[in-house]
Amino acid sequence: MIGAQVLIECLKREGVEVIFGYPGGQVLPIFDKIYDSDIKFILTRHEQAAAHAADGYARVTGKVGVCISTSGPGATNLITGIANAYMDSIPIIAITGQVKTSLIGNDAFQEADVTGITRPISKYNYLVKNIKDLALIIREAFHIASTGRPGPVVIDIPSDIQMKDVEFIWPENLDIRSYKPTYYGHPGQIKKAAKFITEAKKPVIYAGGGVISSGAYILLREFAEKIQAPVTWTLMGIGGFPATHPLSLGMLGMHGTAYANHAITDSDLIIAVGARFDDRVTGRLDSFAPTAKIIHIDIDPSSISKNIRVDIPIVGDAKNILKELLDEVKKSPDISDWLKYVEELKAKFPLRYADSGKLKPQYVVEQICEATKGQAIIATEVGQNQMWAAQWYKYDFPRTFVSSGGLGTMGFGFPAAIGAKMGCPNKTVIDIAGDGSIQMNIQEIATCICNKIDVKVMILNNGYLGMVRQWQELFYKRRYSHVCISSPDFVKLAESYGAVGIRVTKKEEVRQAIDKALSIDNTVFIDFQVEPEENVFPMVPAGEAINRMIEGLA
Amino acid sequence: MASFMRHTISVLVENKFGVLARVAGLFSARGYNIASLAVSETLDPSVSYMTIVVEAEDEKILEQIKKQLNKLIDVITVTDFTKKEHVDRELVLVKVSCPKNEKDALDTLLSKYVAKIVRASGDSLVIEAVDEQDKIRQLLDALNKFGITELVRTGRIAMAY
Repeated sequence: MIGAQVLIECLKREGVEVIFGYPGGQVLPIFDKIYDSDIKFILTRHEQAAAHAADGYARVTGKVGVCISTSGPGATNLITGIANAYMDSIPIIAITGQVKTSLIGNDAFQEADVTGITRPISKYNYLVKNIKDLALIIREAFHIASTGRPGPVVIDIPSDIQMKDVEFIWPENLDIRSYKPTYYGHPGQIKKAAKFITEAKKPVIYAGGGVISSGAYILLREFAEKIQAPVTWTLMGIGGFPATHPLSLGMLGMHGTAYANHAITDSDLIIAVGARFDDRVTGRLDSFAPTAKIIHIDIDPSSISKNIRVDIPIVGDAKNILKELLDEVKKSPDISDWLKYVEELKAKFPLRYADSGKLKPQYVVEQICEATKGQAIIATEVGQNQMWAAQWYKYDFPRTFVSSGGLGTMGFGFPAAIGAKMGCPNKTVIDIAGDGSIQMNIQEIATCICNKIDVKVMILNNGYLGMVRQWQELFYKRRYSHVCISSPDFVKLAESYGAVGIRVTKKEEVRQAIDKALSIDNTVFIDFQVEPEENVFPMVPAGEAINRMIEGLA
Repeated sequence: MASFMRHTISVLVENKFGVLARVAGLFSARGYNIASLAVSETLDPSVSYMTIVVEAEDEKILEQIKKQLNKLIDVITVTDFTKKEHVDRELVLVKVSCPKNEKDALDTLLSKYVAKIVRASGDSLVIEAVDEQDKIRQLLDALNKFGITELVRTGRIAMAY
């Protein structure tokens, strides 16, 4: 069997249903085998989109997403997608063609040092130098990508290796001596944590993406209900706890709810679950939760005490540790005063916007939420659209919010939505976009149409790179430097590709347009021409304490 | 200017191509300073042993360095010698210029250290010394008055006992 066939066999055994990618000179043998294979192949219009689609697929299914490109420019086009998956701990496998082994290092045509380039942005990477290693490498790659703290793994395969003959042996057992993630919490630490929890008067649970990747959604809810602690979450943690639950505080941090930021600042115990105290969450470090003890549950030891000093570190899988804690916490603390206080905060500082007669982006997101009954998968681009999608849609289920958290990649949402739809064909998938971001991967309409991938793109079109404009307004005296961005006629553009385009200019038309889009069995673009200078509030200025928010009402 | 503490760490890694680049890349990407780095095969040829002397501002950064090293897939174990009984050595080659009339003084000096002259050509001598870094430093200070013209050092290697 030749290397290319070995690859396909391995992918099948790993349960791969779909590959996103783009062909080229150094992956011809692989594409020749894909031609005969049962695995679905989605040809994107740019390699970056293939990586994001694999990422979106992984986020909604919990499986490993797979993308493929040729060597050189094909591989470098994947880079943003790989870095994006790395920052958000998403398991993808990126397969890249490489020039033949005899040419490596010769500056051959379409050669790039892919393992060198991807080393700092992938969990691990391989250059396959010997055909005999290929099957084991693929098996290891899937294992590494999907276990521990998940992440992208790159496999760079020279074209001559793809052609070489080898006897196919599937490595049943895998033992990587240097890679043994810790899954269960240290019993002593669990006991200590339980004691802290029992004694706490003002606890808050702070949930991150780890809750979702470990599948701890149900246990987190049980745990929060048992100890009656309010729950706040990061952008990556959206959907990890039901937004409509009475204990929910919404998202915290730079554009979090004011009550979440106040609650965490006033708390005496933070139980961090699969979150990493990112700077967008903590704001100014020395003012972050000054009176709180911190329990930090994370599968990645290097996340613990990196930014914030932690009192009780617990390394392990969120799901296992929450279960261990549920067993260990015998008596729930009496914190009714605290809960009353938190309710007062919620009443005093609600998430709000000035709902005038004008077409407000927040209103559009609220209507999307109502129209889909909160049941859709929402992908976002990056910027204001992302923050409004995070604030105004109510996510009650895990793996329903697909957004570039760590890297903040404009152009992520649309291709990620394509991947999400491939992973969950029976769900409504919507990309909440901005007019800037959507233009970064807009070519993917063709991918949708050719493959009948029914994704709805709802553009909050304000004519600006809105988030940058907001910063220029607030911190650069309104000197709008290159943030006014022109767009094509999105309706005509959609139509030219064979999709449906709808334009909405009035508030009254919003719901009807959304309902219409949802009823059409095709890709739909809605161009919502929203208020141009609407800002995302609340907002914690960079480097400020998170309870010191700007709360403008535009 | 922040003051840096030097710490000796040993790292057992898979002996594969690219591993040194992963370790070096970790330090450069996160802005940690390497004072010295020595790598060699071990009794088991599939494993390499690295002794890394790192400069860390505080305990927290040292902790992060160790955690980040451990996180690398190819790293098998990380040992911090800061609070651990260990021996460490460094080998240096020093070229000095020593006129005949000072040769006796040089010999007397060298006799106090694990050091010897390994090559001589006219006034130019190459001295080899193996010792702990404190001792090496003392020796180099003393040799300065003879005029050091060239210096090569291996960096520290360390072993627990």
